[in-house]
Amino acid sequence: MTDRLPGFSTLAVHAGAQPDPTTGARATPIYQTTSFVFNDADHAASLFGLQSFGNIYTRIGNPTNAVLEERVAALEGGTAALAVASGHAAQVVVLQQLMKPGDEIIAARKLYGGSINQFTHAFKSFGWNVAWADPDEIESFERAVTPHTKAIFIESIANPAGSVTDIEAIAAVARKAGVPLIVDNTLATPYLIKPIDHGADIVVHSLTKFLGGHGNSLGGIIVDAGTFDWSKDNKYPMLSEPRPEYHGIKIQETFGNFAFAIACRVLGLRDLGPALSPFNAFMILTGIETLPLRMQKHCDNAKAVAEFLAGHPAVASVNYAGLPGDKYNNLARKYAPKGAGAVFTFSLKGGYDAGVSLVSNLQLFSHLANVGDTRSLVIHPASTTHSQLDDAAKIKSGAAPDVVRLSIGIEDKDDLITDLDQALRA
Amino acid sequence: MNHDTYPDNYIRGILNSVKSIAMVGASPVNVRPSYFAFKYLAERGYDMIPVNPGYVGKSLLGKPFVASLADVGRPIDMIDIFRNSSHIMPVVEEALRLSPLPKVIWMQLGARDDAAAAKAEAVGIKVVMNRCPKIEYGRLSSEISWMGVNSRTLSAKRAPMPTQGMRLSLNRMSVGGGQTAASDRVAKNKTETT
Ligand SMILES: Cc1ncc(COP(=O)(O)O)c(C=O)c1O
Repeated sequence: MTDRLPGFSTLAVHAGAQPDPTTGARATPIYQTTSFVFNDADHAASLFGLQSFGNIYTRIGNPTNAVLEERVAALEGGTAALAVASGHAAQVVVLQQLMKPGDEIIAARKLYGGSINQFTHAFKSFGWNVAWADPDEIESFERAVTPHTKAIFIESIANPAGSVTDIEAIAAVARKAGVPLIVDNTLATPYLIKPIDHGADIVVHSLTKFLGGHGNSLGGIIVDAGTFDWSKDNKYPMLSEPRPEYHGIKIQETFGNFAFAIACRVLGLRDLGPALSPFNAFMILTGIETLPLRMQKHCDNAKAVAEFLAGHPAVASVNYAGLPGDKYNNLARKYAPKGAGAVFTFSLKGGYDAGVSLVSNLQLFSHLANVGDTRSLVIHPASTTHSQLDDAAKIKSGAAPDVVRLSIGIEDKDDLITDLDQALRA
Repeated sequence: MNHDTYPDNYIRGILNSVKSIAMVGASPVNVRPSYFAFKYLAERGYDMIPVNPGYVGKSLLGKPFVASLADVGRPIDMIDIFRNSSHIMPVVEEALRLSPLPKVIWMQLGARDDAAAAKAEAVGIKVVMNRCPKIEYGRLSSEISWMGVNSRTLSAKRAPMPTQGMRLSLNRMSVGGGQTAASDRVAKNKTETT
């Protein structure tokens, strides 16, 4: 193979996978096993001591999961990745490498409601404090920086309203503060936005959404950009200091530009335990093979549906960054020129009640708490995904009480529009 | 040579052609990166020579330490320098006094000295800086993919067997019952009827 960089669609099909050496199997086998035999005692010791690359136990690594990891690392342009059981698990594992009790993370206020909960409640119980900042006002990130800040966390395209974040501007704040920028790229996927190209140091995903793409498997992944120097001060001892659990190894010194992914595996996943099932990894890998095709169709359908809704008499407003004149249209053109994603919100003139009746009148749209399925989905965030927030926080995160969220699937767009039209009229 | 990014074929060519590697700054302490790399490369069949004046009289995985490159006493294909950037130049100067010259000078992850590299390249020595041969070997063999690392390689060819391939194995457990195989019975019946 020459050093020519293959295109995105080629990577989506091939990266990380090679015909099986033993059987010649072309699809990636599902290595549904807990453990792997050692060649001898010395081999076992060198694997446990991180001196050799290889498989030990599926909580630490698995060959099917490894294909998924390399695939996503390649698509994001990172040095390495670690697959875990869910998007939320990815977030915990990442922050466990960076945070100690009393440390702070600055997070965008526009996040998936579950992430807002996780940061506010679960992380608080670990002694990790969150300072919220407004992605529409970059200075609010700068103002939030303190000597305890360890990371900045944003979504590239934010759930639920599909707003596009100015990644480069926030990356500049992170660089100045000397902390890594973590970008949740779930709603964009690397097909639409590659955050590492815009200054992200770590990318996380809920693979459950568009990457898996078929609504059948939970999963999460952490991608190491290889860009951050963890040893330049003593802020990140998990990476820069001798690790007692590995006889004094320093992770960055030993693993160089994929040290963060290794730390997440051997210090995070190993000890916290949220391993991804190899079967889920297989399902998600199969989904990723068609990511470019699906994502383009998702975006094209979403734009058509958003345009239809914007012209509908029952609709008060549509928040879709792909529409000219939308508040985020300029950012969408810059960061996601192929399409502004397929998750967006709109509000109805009839308010909350109209939203509730719309959901029950729809025939093709499934009413459920997920996004990024082949099927079109609908939900009322204020009473579900964002229900634990107070009204002010709901509005700030884009989930006001009159708002309905859609995740547009890959069906025929005319069928989706016809269904919405009949439901809005009913 | 552009030392910011190396074409895979450059690295592959080096790792495929060198046989002996003198590791300057090799450590017998088994949590040091040099120990990891030394062991890994020795297991991959390279003739490894540990160079470290602090450990003369001791050995690393059975290979005796020598104090300096001049003490190796035989031709060396590659010198792998496990020292930080400020200690590179004297090692390269020492390498340039060897006869025959080494074919490759490799500086570890984090180590880079462009002036030293230029001196070596001027006499035809290939130079790699700020890389680890263990990581590069693992990446180009795709062995490192087991750790979720982006090998930046693709292949639709069957992967090589990680060991030597299937062999007649004498240490399998036998469960018995082989003598009742159908062919045996047929043969037995034949003798009985005749
Ligand atoms: C943007 C975003 N991040 C993270 C998550 C959490 O992922 P998971 O449900 O796989 O834990 C979700 C799930 O809805 C999400 O939409």
